[in-house]
Amino acid sequence: MSAPESDSTVSAAPVESASRTLLVTFVVCLVCSVVVAGAAVLLRPIQESNQKADLIRNVIAVSGLLKEGLTEEQALKRIDARMVELATGDEVKGIDPDTFNIVKAGKDPAISTELTRREDVAGIRREPRYLPVYRIVDPNGGLKKLILPVYGYGLWSTMYGFLALEEDLRTVQGLRFYQHAETPGLGGEIDNPKWRAQWTGKVLFDDQWKVQVEVTKVAIDSSTPDSQHQVDALAGATITSRGVENLLKFWLSDKGYGPYLSRLRDERS
Amino acid sequence: MSYEHRKIMFDPIVDNNPVILQVLGICSALAVTSKLSTTITMCIALTVVTALSNAAISVIRNQIPSSIRIIVQMTIISSLVIVTDQFIKAYAFTISKDLSVFVGLIITNCIVMGRAEAYAMKHPPLPSFLDGLGNGLGYSALLLVVGTVRELLGSGSLFGYPILLLERDGGWYVPNGLLLLPPSAFFLIGMIIWVVRSWKPAQVEEPEYRIYHAPRPEVAS
Repeated sequence: MSAPESDSTVSAAPVESASRTLLVTFVVCLVCSVVVAGAAVLLRPIQESNQKADLIRNVIAVSGLLKEGLTEEQALKRIDARMVELATGDEVKGIDPDTFNIVKAGKDPAISTELTRREDVAGIRREPRYLPVYRIVDPNGGLKKLILPVYGYGLWSTMYGFLALEEDLRTVQGLRFYQHAETPGLGGEIDNPKWRAQWTGKVLFDDQWKVQVEVTKVAIDSSTPDSQHQVDALAGATITSRGVENLLKFWLSDKGYGPYLSRLRDERS
Repeated sequence: MSYEHRKIMFDPIVDNNPVILQVLGICSALAVTSKLSTTITMCIALTVVTALSNAAISVIRNQIPSSIRIIVQMTIISSLVIVTDQFIKAYAFTISKDLSVFVGLIITNCIVMGRAEAYAMKHPPLPSFLDGLGNGLGYSALLLVVGTVRELLGSGSLFGYPILLLERDGGWYVPNGLLLLPPSAFFLIGMIIWVVRSWKPAQVEEPEYRIYHAPRPEVAS
């Protein structure tokens, strides 16, 4: 890495010649590509484990298990990840839910289907054929909570998150977004613990198991029966709030997890 | 460290600040300063890239044919940016999610390219390295001031720790939402430039031309 000041006189061809230009180009490209490829290959294992750890941390956080006094490790043992085929609601084997990349799957034409304008309530254009679901089970294997990955478009970005449902599969345990690029302080307040706390206990379905959820700007009157379906919208973030409502409507519908949810309900009764 | 070297390194912080005096690197200064944690990561990334790219380009400066010098500089700069980005993704994962594309966009930051072309192509490796470091620090100094003001007054916190208790959490402070949006950084940088140029009038640019007041033509009546 040390070149004397007068190096150009040592070399065979003068600096400005065509052969010299090609040589310099080649050497610079070679060195740079080795450095870039080296860094990418060497650091990939750390990056992947970061991503996986981050995903699981979010699943645990939304599950509410930590509030019940469990440590992260104990909580991790109670999570049972499965892959689900959305259209049929079947659980499929052969795909590892831990390494499944939701963002990539939603763009890959091989494992996703295009949505028509009408169907695309959440603004995601394509829907993956399979998605992982995380079941929180009690020691006997009974389903206690169900955590579903959900995502949809807000104002600037696709918001990726998890929705945790209680045992009855209609009450929200938690809703939490782990990746988005909404305006900090406005739409970015979907990360605000106070706003997230509002979701806990809300009911997403009516008695006929029709999706019923509304993010509203009007003051919620808690004496009306509808208030259990209503959440106060974020101030100054109308489009982000509407995005959250739309993505819930989409993922709970028959296009989303509907078939899987109704299968779980049938199994129980 | 000799006086000369110290001057190369510390001059760009106030006297020859790349953002304040040369008004370069504004784009990323608007984008990453809404939170201090992202600001600091961006500052470190840019300082590392500028210092290393200056050093690397200086080492081979006599070998680079002038017809392809810009593209050679770009290749070296972008390789360093990609490596830095990979490191941030590996060791500062949560911050890398907030920074998203902005680390990658260091490639287009005028400061890096400007120092390579203006300084590293003409000076030996050590001064070039120090020059890159100094310009990175100058950029960082400005960004940290802007980031501190924006996070403190926009979210009432510093590094995510609440400092001013927000009204919505039961406190007294109503945050100024404007400070979280990119234009506020424009206003802040403008004010900083104003303050610095009032303090050091040598930085005020000569007007390129003056408005000439023509004598009023007599109106024939």
